[in-house]
Amino acid sequence: MSSSGSRLRFKRDGEVTQVEFRDRNILDEANIQQICEEISEVVESAPNPKLLISFAGVDHLSSAALGTLITINNKIKNSEGQLRLANIDPQIYEVFKITRLHGLFKIFDSTDEAMASFA
Amino acid sequence: MSGQHPPSAEPADGDRITLAHDRAQIDRLHQTVLASLERHGYEEASRFAVRLALEEGISNAFRHGHASLDADLPIDVEWSVDADRIVMVIEDQGPGFNPDVIPDPTLEENLEKPAGRGVLLIRSFMSEVAFEGRGNRLRMVFKRGQPTPHA
Repeated sequence: MSSSGSRLRFKRDGEVTQVEFRDRNILDEANIQQICEEISEVVESAPNPKLLISFAGVDHLSSAALGTLITINNKIKNSEGQLRLANIDPQIYEVFKITRLHGLFKIFDSTDEAMASFA
Repeated sequence: MSGQHPPSAEPADGDRITLAHDRAQIDRLHQTVLASLERHGYEEASRFAVRLALEEGISNAFRHGHASLDADLPIDVEWSVDADRIVMVIEDQGPGFNPDVIPDPTLEENLEKPAGRGVLLIRSFMSEVAFEGRGNRLRMVFKRGQPTPHA
């Protein structure tokens, strides 16, 4: 994937695609839409996608960003893939707890723990 | 917008501005409000709460409040910070809405729906939340010492 103008960094580790954010704040709706499109492209390019999204370095995210994560999660489920989230700041994790999305997603403290969890 | 003040103006601890649906303007507002919070010694958890509520309130005003209107219509934002509290009032030009009819996004049947969490987050992080006028004016108050969810 082209990195020109990308909001994300992609790294391949075996069958797993690791995704990191370039921005500290995931707030802008246009950026969030772009993030959704970039990740969707990866998800739709494999039959059973395995994706790890790391939030290392992310300080803020909005409910619109949560919506995009749900959309991606739904796409991965439909493709019988696996999604893991990792390295979430404690304050942002509270946002997941308040919205009860911590139960919807498989969330790990570290990239290593998330990687070890893939079937 | 605060940016209209002369460069020599004192840092603001309150303002009433007309805000366009423009990310650069919204980011400037965030920075101005957060700088005021820092000057008043509000801790990081408080700044996180205020930024989140301000973002969600502005986003809702443009996305939902102005859903049936011209996308270029601005909103009004009034804010003030003092030693005890932060007050933010966001008013859009839309027909207003009744927050009581928003489906509970934490219910099992709504968990996988991608929208509808902004008001829940605002209510969770702010001390007081009121929808005023015809439902097109959101008033949020954060009081110093308010236990933020992670604090």
